[in-house]
Amino acid sequence: MIRIPDFANATPIQIIFCVLAVITLFTAFMTIYSRKPMHSAIYLLICFTSITGHYLLLNSQFLAMVNLIVYIGAIMILIVFTIMLMNLNKENEVYKPRITRLGAIVTFCLMCLVLIAMFINSKPIVGEYTTTGEDYQSIKVLGKVLLNEYMVPFEFASVLLLVAMIGAVLLSKKEKTTK
Amino acid sequence: MDSAFIIEKSVVIIVVFAITMVMAMYSTWAERKVAAFLQDRVGPNRAGWGGLFQPLADGLKLFSKEEFEPNTPNRFLFFVGPGIAMATALMTSAVIPWGDRFHLFGRDILLQATDIDVAILYVFGIVSVGVYGIMIGGWASNNKFSLMGAIRAASQMVSYEVAMGLSIVALLMMTGTLSLKEISAQQAGMNWNVFYQPLSFLIFLICAFAETNRTPFDLAECETELIGGYHTEYSSMKMGFYLFAEYANMFISSTILAVLFFGGYNYPGMSWVVENWGVNIANVFGIAALFAKLCGFIFFYMWVRWTIPRFRYDQLMHLGWRILIPLSIVNIMITGIVILRGEIATYLGF
Repeated sequence: MIRIPDFANATPIQIIFCVLAVITLFTAFMTIYSRKPMHSAIYLLICFTSITGHYLLLNSQFLAMVNLIVYIGAIMILIVFTIMLMNLNKENEVYKPRITRLGAIVTFCLMCLVLIAMFINSKPIVGEYTTTGEDYQSIKVLGKVLLNEYMVPFEFASVLLLVAMIGAVLLSKKEKTTK
Repeated sequence: MDSAFIIEKSVVIIVVFAITMVMAMYSTWAERKVAAFLQDRVGPNRAGWGGLFQPLADGLKLFSKEEFEPNTPNRFLFFVGPGIAMATALMTSAVIPWGDRFHLFGRDILLQATDIDVAILYVFGIVSVGVYGIMIGGWASNNKFSLMGAIRAASQMVSYEVAMGLSIVALLMMTGTLSLKEISAQQAGMNWNVFYQPLSFLIFLICAFAETNRTPFDLAECETELIGGYHTEYSSMKMGFYLFAEYANMFISSTILAVLFFGGYNYPGMSWVVENWGVNIANVFGIAALFAKLCGFIFFYMWVRWTIPRFRYDQLMHLGWRILIPLSIVNIMITGIVILRGEIATYLGF
């Protein structure tokens, strides 16, 4: 069943969560909905910022700050940068045929159906966080866990990123013409 | 949460805010005076003694100017730009330890708005958000020169953030913590990090110049090519906000340089003063020491501005990507080898 929140007895954390959730969902929706690409980018920016707030509410400062640096400080800047450099006007918008639009509508309706069914039948499984005595806010604990327990996936992820970066550099390089 | 805690923190935050504003205000005065000194002039000397009221007069002038608005489809973003620049410039000071504990009214008062575990990452995060003030403002101006300035600023900041982050990694490997308070405490006496990590300090200093958009890296507002860069279309107090944000950023980055590399509030003989004259007097000297250090850095910023000409854009990118980043990676490797020299020696069988 969908639980209706008890607004009268809400704790401050719950109120902050509700406000943040509304901002996140609204800006995520507006990212898709708004017509100008620059406005979309700025809505996405606010969406990421509010997700940083969610991380802070979950007591993970490190994740919040990394989210701020990586998503807002690097990725979004590159997106905004690209939008600024490209001239995105209405004239060079891709024309979509009617069958594609119809397909999009049908897909959206199906997804809504699935989501509604999921929310109606969902039960809150996570009861309480079991405290293991470890302070997962501190970077020391996080670093030890990452480099002991999850060493192999961590290293694989870094190799994957390195490969992607080298590939991107290779693609952006001009091919030398043989004279 | 007891009310005394809230009052204490509010007082600290308001005082830090006021000090940042006053320092930013008087940095404009100091900039003119330093420029005058370096160019063998007198500088502002009409308003007040030695031109001390000049910043107030400037502020009044900016307030009374006409609020010009360009013909732009993004009016809201045009307003938001300077706001973001100013807000982010003021937010960074939250994690800076201005001094050790004061002992007043029977309780310890920490001269820091908040001591979080990831203080340095917080500073980096807020600084990276600061770019949006310039980018959004430059975009919303609907002016090609502004856009060019904004794009330059953004690419410059993104490039130098990488070198800045890497340069600080070597320092963090040594200190073993990201909390600015603990980094300050570790540098008690004359154990300043600059003696152990001179290369890291040099790279960080250069990147700080680039991040605050100061000469020789102020290509975002390069007058000869771009009129006024990203704030070409701004006037009145909106432009004042941009200029003010630059000086506030300069103040904060000087403080961070002083805290990370020059011992923060520590000064030689601090423990002797604590023992003989008490905690509070030692702390007053500590705050004075921190301000002396950061004023030195502010002077250095100005000195460089009026001495070194502006870089060309490709030289700037070359310096950032091809010199500073490899240098800081080499620095990290050397630091790692020095820290683990015992283990390496046993591993190799010496």
